Amino acid sequence: MRAGNIRLEEVTLAFGSGRGAVIALDKLSFSVSAGEFVAILGPSGCGKSSLIGTIAGFQSPHAGKLLVDGQVVTEPGSDRGVVFQQPTLFPWKTVRQNIDFGLRMRGVARRERDRILDEILEEVGLTEFGHHYPTQLSGGMQQRVGLARVLVNRPRVMLMDEPFGALDAQTRLMMQELLLDVWNEYRMTILFVTHDIDEAVFLASRVAVLTRRPGRLKTVIDVPIPRPRKLDVLVSPEFMRLKKTCLALVREETLDALGRPPHPDHPRDAHREAQHQEHDPLVATSGVEAS
Amino acid sequence: MNTVADIPLTSDADERPPVARRGAWRGVAGLRRLAVRLASLLLFLLLWQAASDNKFHFVINFTFVPPPTAVAAAAVDFVESPKAPHHVLNSIRRVLVGFGLAALVAIPLGLVIGRSRLVEDIVMTPLEIMRPIPGVAWIPLAILMFPSAEQSMIFICLIGALFPILLSTIHGVEHLDRKLVHASQTLGAKDRHVFAEVILPGAFPSILTGLTIGMGTSWFLVVTAEMVAGRFGIGYFTWEAYTLQNYPDIVVGMLVIGLLGMTSSMLLRVLGARLMPWRRHLLLAR
Repeated sequence: MRAGNIRLEEVTLAFGSGRGAVIALDKLSFSVSAGEFVAILGPSGCGKSSLIGTIAGFQSPHAGKLLVDGQVVTEPGSDRGVVFQQPTLFPWKTVRQNIDFGLRMRGVARRERDRILDEILEEVGLTEFGHHYPTQLSGGMQQRVGLARVLVNRPRVMLMDEPFGALDAQTRLMMQELLLDVWNEYRMTILFVTHDIDEAVFLASRVAVLTRRPGRLKTVIDVPIPRPRKLDVLVSPEFMRLKKTCLALVREETLDALGRPPHPDHPRDAHREAQHQEHDPLVATSGVEAS
Repeated sequence: MNTVADIPLTSDADERPPVARRGAWRGVAGLRRLAVRLASLLLFLLLWQAASDNKFHFVINFTFVPPPTAVAAAAVDFVESPKAPHHVLNSIRRVLVGFGLAALVAIPLGLVIGRSRLVEDIVMTPLEIMRPIPGVAWIPLAILMFPSAEQSMIFICLIGALFPILLSTIHGVEHLDRKLVHASQTLGAKDRHVFAEVILPGAFPSILTGLTIGMGTSWFLVVTAEMVAGRFGIGYFTWEAYTLQNYPDIVVGMLVIGLLGMTSSMLLRVLGARLMPWRRHLLLAR
């Protein structure tokens, strides 16, 4: 049975070691249930992408536990599809060959693959572009191929790392609506990283706000806006209220990241001092919890 | 179910990369550019003719430089002479065998070195020592190392082509966007698929660059080696013309060498465009 529960237990992720070590995620714990659409919001450089990479299996957590449907994640796999910020299509494959890749890897029969390809190309509106190469497509079209390429694998979890960040505003809105349609149809778990508050609130059922680096969970906000959501949601009072809340939270973290004067009574600033003295962020931060 | 077929597909035209500059010589502006270029070529030939005819001698000595007319006459003789194909084919064979062996060794080796640090550590140290040695410096030793001059000349071509191909292949593998490897893994690819479908095609543009440079080096070295050790070949022909004081043939030999080098790099480009249809517009626009 398809599921897609994600569970993080005190996941810590660090890059490098010793003095040069950078902690991307610090004892991050939270759960996403099957079929949920959760947006991850946070200031730039807070470890959002690292979180996606860890769940995808590109790197293992330094400490803590990461489970997808009760199984420890050890390597990348097609059950966890990833849509990257850049479309990351294979430039040497046509649109059809790009989407076909996952199907071939799974050993789907030729005839069945052709049928699936026709279907998905229509769904993402690229029927006429099947034999084009990625460089012949616009950014929005490329990202639709990136989405289709993951969808044909019917992943339990779809990890999206600022997938629409590089698109112009108009195209981004279209892609957001497309994504909601897709999710409505497939009902996989979606973890959607973004720094765009509008996008997070419009798409997700819950918005998880991360702190500045090292990334911890600051808070989780429920988005009770009913579905299906259409573009007019973007001007509803409910949307505005939620956006305001998120804006305040993110602003707090961004100001911190930009080096707001330290306040000795603030637990985070105390921790920053400790980190400075110990020269070993891994040791310094363990056990220190943010506010 | 909703589709996005109704989304207007705007902006796909203006975001496309520039297409090959086909028809760059079309139109009035194109004709004018063509005329300027032809006039410039003509002027170059006229200056050369004048310098040779008048035995221009100031720093550069044109006394023994044959004029274009004499070169043209010698070129016609060369084309008609029965020895011409022999010279040309011998050189081509040496380059093809040496270059081909170099590619057969360097591409697989480069792919493995690019992926495995252990292999890199084992193989690269001796290679790094040999790399800065120019191919020409190998000529005396190569003559001693092989029973025939033929084999030593092929070896020199091989040495010259080996390093450009090897280094470009390693570079291609190491500079491949890691995200592409990640993407293929999240689509279910195992190591051998990653290698065959991501790393090899991803490194191919860089490999082709290495092949082009290697082909140039091979030609350069075959000509030199033939001048020293050859009995046939276009380099030998050119040097023989000098020793026999048959000066127009020197320039004919030079021109043939240039033509052969140009043809081989053009063939590589066509091969590249054939093997990399996704880059065709870039390759043929050059």
